[in-house]
Amino acid sequence: MQKYVVRRLLLAVPTLIGLTVMIFAIMRVLPGDPLVAYLDPNQMVSMSEAELDAIRKDHGLDRPLVVQYADWMGDVLNGSFGNAMFGAKAPVINTIKTRGVTSAEIGIIAVAISWIIGLPVGIISAVRPGSFLDMFTSFTTVLFLAIPGFWLALLILLATVTYWGYAPPRVGVPLWEDPWNHFQIVIFPATVMGVAMAAIIARMARSSLFEVLREDYVRTARSKGIRESVTVIRHALPNALMPVLTLSGVMLGFALGGSVAVEVAFQTPGLGRSMSDAAILRDMTTVQSLVLVYGIVFVLANLLVDLLYGWIDPRIRLG
Amino acid sequence: MESTLASRVPRTVFYRVRSSVITFARVRPWHTFWGVVSLAIVIVSFGGPLVLPLDPLSADYDYLGSPPSAEYWTGTDLLGRDVTSRLVYGGGVSLFIAGASLLLGTIIGAVWGVVSGYLGGKTDLLSERFIEILLSLPGLILAYLMILVFGDGFLQLILALAITRVGAVERVVRSVALSVKQTMYVEAARSIGTSEMRIIWRHVFPQCGAVLIVLLTMNIGGIIITEASLSFLGLGIAPPTPTWGKMLGESTRQTFVPIWWMVAYPGLLITLTVLSFNIFGDGLRDALDPRLRGTM
Repeated sequence: MQKYVVRRLLLAVPTLIGLTVMIFAIMRVLPGDPLVAYLDPNQMVSMSEAELDAIRKDHGLDRPLVVQYADWMGDVLNGSFGNAMFGAKAPVINTIKTRGVTSAEIGIIAVAISWIIGLPVGIISAVRPGSFLDMFTSFTTVLFLAIPGFWLALLILLATVTYWGYAPPRVGVPLWEDPWNHFQIVIFPATVMGVAMAAIIARMARSSLFEVLREDYVRTARSKGIRESVTVIRHALPNALMPVLTLSGVMLGFALGGSVAVEVAFQTPGLGRSMSDAAILRDMTTVQSLVLVYGIVFVLANLLVDLLYGWIDPRIRLG
Repeated sequence: MESTLASRVPRTVFYRVRSSVITFARVRPWHTFWGVVSLAIVIVSFGGPLVLPLDPLSADYDYLGSPPSAEYWTGTDLLGRDVTSRLVYGGGVSLFIAGASLLLGTIIGAVWGVVSGYLGGKTDLLSERFIEILLSLPGLILAYLMILVFGDGFLQLILALAITRVGAVERVVRSVALSVKQTMYVEAARSIGTSEMRIIWRHVFPQCGAVLIVLLTMNIGGIIITEASLSFLGLGIAPPTPTWGKMLGESTRQTFVPIWWMVAYPGLLITLTVLSFNIFGDGLRDALDPRLRGTM
């Protein structure tokens, strides 16, 4: 197991380096003037070449690409993630720390919600295929896969504001200072994302448990006279969960991306809203570093899924 | 051989397609129903603007942000533009962007996957590393960053969305190519000295057809939602052209409380479209290639 962990960790390093190169390449190397990202297009047309050069110099865009990349990497490695371009020009790491905690909480609660709802739903419909309950849950899961998270967020906001005159607070406070306020901020986006992820889990759990329940060893368990509930939960479920786990990587990307729009819809003070705010201000240093943070979280989460997979299934770690 | 036969007797192809459509409809009425719904959405979105009485871009200053009425069935937005017209027109724009980027991304991914899977060896190893890096950012964030840098515009949006598809398609098609490569007839083709290029295009690629059709229908929902999310976040094509996502973004931008008729309808249409394509895609997958169950 240790060997497997080390091997997977080492494999993640080139991916992470590649990630930084890709982000940097999108920002600087691809055809097109990098200034487009920094300036309003209308603003840019009205400027003279000398003015544009001055701005380039200001942002350090006139230096060689390698120097610019090394500069950014230096900022990332010393932990500041660069300085924001506007306002107090504070290091981006401050934003990541304060806002990131909120987003992380949302993510964790969402994952918890998704398993708590999705797994039982999936099991119930797999055990009684073709029943009314199965058809109902199947349709509901497909429906929730089709609903954009940020639209659901807008609908919830609309309902709470119109009927109860209530809107979740928009200014974040640390968890330990005002837990109730914090809870109100976190719970809405977490529910919206959790429900969408629950649909994916339920769907996957259903189809994979459905297959496993037809295996020979399940029939053996039944013929031994083991109770049906034990057969399903102790014998069939662990095997059925493997494909669900595989899918969680894909699901995470879906959730991480979707969280940006959900946070903006709820005006949640999280990482996604920070990125969107920074993009509106055209603060590309912040955007660049926050995108990197999303990438790192995504890669590490996938790594965790891989490790979990290897821990459960010896064939993976030894093969 | 196949193609010369088809061109000599084109009607056989027609009959074959027709009979499989009829079989599909008979065996899977539920999926067929949703297939018809998605077809209807496409037809209305693209054909609607030709017959709509109201211009989606012209403002009526007597009805600024007015709720649904006899005059404006689904109300007007804050600039007094008819929401119904914008929904239909925006649907066409959304679907066009989704379709074009999906097609582009799938083609790039498919070609990449077939070549990498068939050639194998060092090329494959290198290309897999590259794909891994491409997949190390969630699709929406990758597209987000690219549009920020490329700027607003049709072409930029399509390109950015297309790139988010490449990695996933490549993975699936590559796995098909890997298994087809092992088959006897590919070995036979190679043994009589067929060139690599010809084997890839004439022998391996056609085997990916079913997978590609399934991928196209199953992914259209995801790409519509991604496009809507990006537009909602204020990126995408420049105003005043409407898309469903942009209409949702506009519903919150100017006011503290979202306006219900500007929120409800575009979202409902996105949901209905994605739902119908997804269910139809499910049916198509089960009919064409049940082995794909669970991978998508």
